[in-house]
Amino acid sequence: MLQRHWRVILYPLGMIPAGWLVWQGQHGALGADPVNVFERSLGLWAFRFLLACLALAPLRRFAGISINLLRYRRLTGLLAFFYASLHVLAYVGLDHGFDWTVLWTDITHRFFIILGMSALVLLIPLALTSNALSMRLMKRRWKFLHKLIYPATVLAGIHFFLSFKTLNSVSEPYLAALALLLACRILPKRRV
Amino acid sequence: AASLQTHPGPYSGNLTPTPHEDVTHYNNFYEFGMGKADPAARSQDFHPLPWTLEITGLVRKPVRLDVEQLLRSAAMEERIYRMRCVEAWSMVIPWDGLPLASLLKDADPDPRATHVAFESVLRPSEMPGQSDGLSGIQWPYVEGLRLDEAMNPLTLLALGVYGETLPNQNGAPIRLVVPWKYGFKGIKSLQRIRLLDHEPPTTWNRLASDEYGFYANVNPQVDHPRWSQATERVIGAHSLFGATRQPTLMFNGYGEQVADLYRGMDLRKNF
Repeated sequence: MLQRHWRVILYPLGMIPAGWLVWQGQHGALGADPVNVFERSLGLWAFRFLLACLALAPLRRFAGISINLLRYRRLTGLLAFFYASLHVLAYVGLDHGFDWTVLWTDITHRFFIILGMSALVLLIPLALTSNALSMRLMKRRWKFLHKLIYPATVLAGIHFFLSFKTLNSVSEPYLAALALLLACRILPKRRV
Repeated sequence: AASLQTHPGPYSGNLTPTPHEDVTHYNNFYEFGMGKADPAARSQDFHPLPWTLEITGLVRKPVRLDVEQLLRSAAMEERIYRMRCVEAWSMVIPWDGLPLASLLKDADPDPRATHVAFESVLRPSEMPGQSDGLSGIQWPYVEGLRLDEAMNPLTLLALGVYGETLPNQNGAPIRLVVPWKYGFKGIKSLQRIRLLDHEPPTTWNRLASDEYGFYANVNPQVDHPRWSQATERVIGAHSLFGATRQPTLMFNGYGEQVADLYRGMDLRKNF
C-alpha cells in the first residue's frame, strides 16, 4: 500500500498540521494571540521537516533502516518548503497586513528576519529542481545544489533560536537534534 | 479571588477592557514558566498571603506594610490602563490599586534618593520557573524607576484586577503598574522597595542590554532589534483572520502625563 500509493498518502498527511492550525485559528482555539501562535507553529513545522530531511541519511547509515533516500528527502524537503512559505505568508499578510514599509525595514535591517528569509531563499531552487527532469539535466550539479539544505537548516535553526527571549525548553531539544545531525554529517564515512 | 472595595480613579479615559479570560490567562510571568498559559496553569501552589511589603533604603521612615491591610484600604482606585508588551501585543486592563507616590511619601524619601529599586519574591518551591534554571534569568526578578517616575500619579501598585484581588498569575498579592512603559517593568509579587542614589540593575537589561533598556518607555519610533515597535497586535479577538493590529502610541498614549519627565533626553540612547 505505502509502496504504491505513498504520494497520495504522505503528502496530505504532512499537510494535516497546516489544516489543523487553520481550523483551530478559525474556531478560537489558538488562544488570545492567534496570529502569533499560527505564525510560530508554521515556522516550527518547517524546521521539523528540515530536520526530518537531514535525519534520513543517518537513519539509513547508523540505524540500518533501508529507506528510499531520494523519495523521502523530496517529501520532507517539499513539506519544509510548503511550511516555510506559509510561515512567511502569515508573517507578511496576517501579522503585518502587507505593510511593506515595516516589512522592508524588517527584511533589510533585522538580523533575525534576514536569517529566516535567507533560509527560505535557499530552499527555493531546491523546491524548483526537486523533479526528475531537473535531476537528469543537472546531473552532478544537482547533487551539489541540493547540499544547500544544510546551510538552509542551520540558518533556520539560528532564526528559531533567536525567536525566543531566553534559553528555553522548547527550542533546546530541536537545536540539540540539529547539532547531532550535523555531527553525523561530519563523521567520517565508514567503509564497509 | 476575593472582591475588593474600590472606586473609579483618574486617567481611565474611555477604554474598553480586554476580556477577563485573556487578562488572567495570557501572561508573561517567567517565575511560573515561559509559555503564556504557564502562569495560570502553574501558579496554584503559590501563597500570596500573608505578605509584607518593605520600603527601605534612603527613607527617613522605613515601613513594613501588611498587604492584607492594604487590601482593605479605602483609597483603593480603579485605573483602566493600556498595557503594551515589549513583544508587540497590547491589552487594556482594569487595575485596582494605590498610587505608589502615596506609599513612598509615607516613608518620607531622603533628599539624596534619586532612584527606586523593586525586588520580587524568591520562592523556588512555589515558583517552578525559578528552579528549572533554563531561562538564564537571575532570580529574584528586579526592576527600577527613577524617583520622579515612581512619584508620577500614573504609577500604581495594583492589588486587584477587574474588582477582585489579583490572581496568582497576574502578580499576587501586589505588583507594579507603569502604563507608559513596556509590561516587563511592571514587577509582580513585589516584596521590597528600596530608595537609592543610583540607577539599580534590572532583570531584562541584565539579560540582554541591547534589547531591553532601563527606561523601556513605549516608543513606536525605537524598534526592538528583532521587530518593529510601530504597531501592536490587539489581544482579545481570538480569531485568526479577525485579529487586528493598531498603531502604538508614544508613551503608550500617556505623553500628556509623562513627556516632561524625559525632556531633553535622547530616547534612542535611553531606550
